[in-house]
Amino acid sequence: MNQNKYPWVKELGCKPCCELKPKIKIKNLSLSYGKRQIFEDINLEINTGCVTGIIGPSACGKSSFISCLNRMIEVVPSAKVSGDVLIDGKSIFDSRLDLNELRKKVGIVFQEPTPLPLSIESNIILPLKEHKFDHISERVEKALRDVGLWNEVKNILKEPANYLSGGQKQRLCMARTIALGPEIILMDEPCSSLDPISTDVVEKLIHDLKGKYTIIIITHNLAQARRVCDFVATFWYDGEKEIGQIIEFGRCIDIFENPKNKIVQDYVGGLKG
Amino acid sequence: MYQLTKKNKDFILESVLTINGLFSAIAVGLIFIFVTRESLPAIHLKGWAFFIDKSWYPLEGQFNVLPMIAGTIFVSLGALILASPLGLFSAIFISFYAHGSLAWPFRRVVELYAGLPSVIFGFWGLMKLVPMLNEIRPPGQSLLAGILILALMIFPIITLNLMANFRPSSKKYYRVALSLGMRKSTYIWSILLPSLKQQIVGAMILALGRAMGETMAVLMVCGNIVKMPTSIFDPIRTLTANIALEMAYAMNEHRSALFFTGLILFLLIFVLISVADFWRRHESWKE
Repeated sequence: MNQNKYPWVKELGCKPCCELKPKIKIKNLSLSYGKRQIFEDINLEINTGCVTGIIGPSACGKSSFISCLNRMIEVVPSAKVSGDVLIDGKSIFDSRLDLNELRKKVGIVFQEPTPLPLSIESNIILPLKEHKFDHISERVEKALRDVGLWNEVKNILKEPANYLSGGQKQRLCMARTIALGPEIILMDEPCSSLDPISTDVVEKLIHDLKGKYTIIIITHNLAQARRVCDFVATFWYDGEKEIGQIIEFGRCIDIFENPKNKIVQDYVGGLKG
Repeated sequence: MYQLTKKNKDFILESVLTINGLFSAIAVGLIFIFVTRESLPAIHLKGWAFFIDKSWYPLEGQFNVLPMIAGTIFVSLGALILASPLGLFSAIFISFYAHGSLAWPFRRVVELYAGLPSVIFGFWGLMKLVPMLNEIRPPGQSLLAGILILALMIFPIITLNLMANFRPSSKKYYRVALSLGMRKSTYIWSILLPSLKQQIVGAMILALGRAMGETMAVLMVCGNIVKMPTSIFDPIRTLTANIALEMAYAMNEHRSALFFTGLILFLLIFVLISVADFWRRHESWKE
């Protein structure tokens, strides 16, 4: 890849994997829970193979926003979404679309590690069987190797997943998502309940996954955003309109070193939080 | 001062709860002692004859309880076998498949079922079910009639119990399953139900206990003839019906023998609960 074409690749010292080709196009996306408007008219383009970070304070709609991207938001009965999300040019709200296929393509890793109450291997096997994959045991091994968990669990695959530590559980959840071969991975504060060592493992994993998958990660840890992201979107709660909105989107390095918006300047400078 | 009041509050609450707990434990203990004491004369007099006498002929001093033990066990287990799938499927339907406006009335109907007095079930059974069975195979009042009526009475217990268990476990894992693109049916059969094995057995045990203790409805539809049943169309008499039918006029040895039937019922349920508890401990140890 031509590093001159993507100067930030060199500046950030990350793998040359970003392409400025949008994978996801978000058009005028609005969300409300009942009468409460969460965000309105969000427009954003997420580039293929990049890690896009979403930063900002709590309760400004970040988690709700990424839940729209695989339509998990529909689990909340009062949620009402308008606008459109195009993945590879196709709307995810198309009525002909198979919702389960969409969720296979757009995987999500939740904030809290939530292995299913099954054995370690069944946690990966069950979704694989559901989507009629073959060579299941090879896929399980590969996914566990990808998240660096294989050596730790290869002898206890039949034990309940709840035996694992917090960091291991979260990596198992990632393996479960990766095993399905998604194109996009959404991560909702994947490290918030992990210790620094497990966090390090997960960050390294994100680096390794970069390029293969398009990743969107919510994080409250600005240093982490700086370490892993290629692009960053800053969400902020607009007190006047009482809605969340994206106040600045750009390359990671620009957001952290040369933000245009005053609030973002204060936020990344540690003056506002 | 504030600290002291807070402490006092804790102390009062703790005492009230302890007294309550002790009271229920002591009440069961006292009932057991009473029933045992009242049945002692008959046990002394008859001993093993309770299980080898010709039959239950109180006037002739014959008190074989085996046919009634068998009747109780057959009718309750039969009802449980019918009610378990019915209860489980109803719980799944109401929790996952009935849409909002449909789930509410269904839930209420099941709650109504659970609260309906048993004499109403018995009455309906006697007037409608027994005549229908009589046409298939007389006399109609039979083990089968008891099983059907009891199944209707206990399935709501299983349903309500399971629905309460579905709710908390559901939210967390359901979201995960959907996010992995799984179908609802996969979630229910491969994730939810296996994770609730203990609770399902717990609900079944509760229902079985209710079935074994039921008196009025089975008394009305089972025929009450003391005889070892050889088919499901045979009339039976349960331990509970036996006490209810004869206690009013029983005296001396006969009265004591009836207490002995009560004691057996007590022990049957005790064994049932102990086995279930043992199994549950074993399962939770495995997890």
